[in-house]
Amino acid sequence: MKISFPYMGTSPLVVSYLFENLGHEVVCPPVPTEKTLSLGVQYAPEFACIPFKIVLGTYLEVLEMGAEVLITSGGCGPCRAGFYGELHRRILRDLGYPVEMIIMEPPLREPLDFLRKVYRLLKPAKLSNLYHVFRVAVEKMLSLDEIESTMHKLRPLAYNKKLITKAYSEGLEMIRQADSVKEVKEAKQATLEALWRVPANHEYEPLRVGLIGEIYVVLEPAANHDIERILGDMGVYVHRSIFLSEWVRYNVLGSGEKHIRASAIPYLNQMIGGHGQNSVGEVVRYAEKGFDGVIQLAPFTCIPEIVAKSILPAISRDKDIPVLTLFLDEQTGQAGIETRLEAFVDLIKQKRRKREAS
Amino acid sequence: MLGYLGVDVGSVSTNLVVIDDQGKVLVDLYLRTRGQPIQVVQEGLRQVEKAIKGKNIEICGVGTTGSARTLSGVIVGADTVKNEITAHAVAASHILPGVQTVLEIGGQDSKIILLRDGVVVDFAMNTVCAAGTGSFLDHQASRLNIPIEEFGALALESTSPVRIAGRCSVFAESDMVHKQQMGHSLPDIIAGLCDALVRNYLNNVGKGKEILPPVVFQGGVAANVGIRAAFEKALGLEVIVPEYYSVMGAIGAALLAKAATKDKGNTKFRGFVVSELDYQASSFECQGCPNCCEIVNISVDGEILARWGGRCGKWDTLPKTG
Repeated sequence: MKISFPYMGTSPLVVSYLFENLGHEVVCPPVPTEKTLSLGVQYAPEFACIPFKIVLGTYLEVLEMGAEVLITSGGCGPCRAGFYGELHRRILRDLGYPVEMIIMEPPLREPLDFLRKVYRLLKPAKLSNLYHVFRVAVEKMLSLDEIESTMHKLRPLAYNKKLITKAYSEGLEMIRQADSVKEVKEAKQATLEALWRVPANHEYEPLRVGLIGEIYVVLEPAANHDIERILGDMGVYVHRSIFLSEWVRYNVLGSGEKHIRASAIPYLNQMIGGHGQNSVGEVVRYAEKGFDGVIQLAPFTCIPEIVAKSILPAISRDKDIPVLTLFLDEQTGQAGIETRLEAFVDLIKQKRRKREAS
Repeated sequence: MLGYLGVDVGSVSTNLVVIDDQGKVLVDLYLRTRGQPIQVVQEGLRQVEKAIKGKNIEICGVGTTGSARTLSGVIVGADTVKNEITAHAVAASHILPGVQTVLEIGGQDSKIILLRDGVVVDFAMNTVCAAGTGSFLDHQASRLNIPIEEFGALALESTSPVRIAGRCSVFAESDMVHKQQMGHSLPDIIAGLCDALVRNYLNNVGKGKEILPPVVFQGGVAANVGIRAAFEKALGLEVIVPEYYSVMGAIGAALLAKAATKDKGNTKFRGFVVSELDYQASSFECQGCPNCCEIVNISVDGEILARWGGRCGKWDTLPKTG
């Protein structure tokens, strides 16, 4: 069986490696493009969110490439994404793709179901090989996140932003090819050195912006108009609230992002699904860390982020931190995003100038 | 005398102003863009040149803003290319120091800008619907066969405005038709439309924003006394419409150009001769990847001056603006 999965940020590199080395035939999903989105929009309900549409588009692309089994995450609400796997399966079935969907539900909720699915995915693997494969996959995930965060730190400082983009994409390729923990570490080291070698003004203190919101639109440049690059090219340092490795550490291996939720409690004392409570908590944390501003990315019609948005003005006032919310869907124009980002950067620049003057 | 040129090319109107060293407006022009930004900027320059002829004004800085800011920046040779939110805020606080709220309604977008102590602290632009913008009013005026200039004054004659659904321009229009068929008077319908538009603006663009006086209302729609009255009624505050309300973006661009050229002492302005050059815009679809970006070339006399539209940067030759 040929397996495939949704595309999100740099994760396909890790997931492909994992499944291939567990002995599966993998169809690696291509980077989502306008075509992917159009495909998804064509077959998705109009008011489903943009992650649903891009993922559906990706599924249609990988099915054309020969995929037979799709692996995705489940969830138990209140965010709608918990139903997306099932809804995708039915839409694909109606379109004439008798695809099998393996939906990974939260392990503690349905332990037996989870173990059965894991067993199925591990079945073709050689037992002796398992530890090695997981070790390399984890190392790749950690390295990718370290490379990416370094890239975002250096981009605003670099004189020629294109050199950063080039060093970064060459680094991704090196990580992709690496086949042992040692090779991954070497690839990471080489990439970090290449990034640091790009001529840059290390004296420059860029404006610092925190990026929060729903995980898919925060992690996937195709969904957010490559906002981190746009801001980085404008000389702004963007700190992303979500990295895959951290997310896995807190949500799969640990007991949730308690520290972030604790920060949210004075404003929102309960889970509202998705990343709603996290978004509230993250703004508080960014304010306390002295960031110049926060940008919230939300899929259009996303209830958890709408709830969070309505709370953010209070935090913005209490903690004196500007917040810009961008709702994203297939109708969102690049020009509108850029105008708002430029105006927001002007706003926080003036604010910093005023603070420095006083 | 030193002069600074500001150019604001929007969806509906293109505005040009020349200000002096003190920020006083010497020339102001309001032209219709009519979907031809290049030609209208050239026409505007021709008119500006005529207006300042013999007055010994030297243009020593140019700024552009509006949705065609990058394009017009290339054509005129701009010293600053600035987004319209910053430009409007700069102009408002220049004309009325201490302004705390700017309401701006243009042809296709509307925005609210909050300033405190002369600094922008928050802003919002309409995202979902265009019902609260000038194009919609234009459309309704022509449908009712009333010149847009008289539209607002008619609203003031109303004694009991009707309630019109303002959420979406299509529904607003069918609701207006319905009210007409029911026999309501024209002034009541137009006043109802003004109320609906203001309600929609305050509920969407102004949602959660602290609107404090002084409030300035600018943009083309500020000409409409009906809308202004509806704002005053809804907010319970005086709403100030500045003298140059329709060209505030261009004034902001000119002020920014003045600030930008103050330090470096020279301008990139290509001169009024550009109004006679043959600018051509052409586009093609890049086939490099499935994104199929539409790349635009701006050329003058067959030589490519600028190019944009690509996602990956492969085609970009223009420096990014801030």
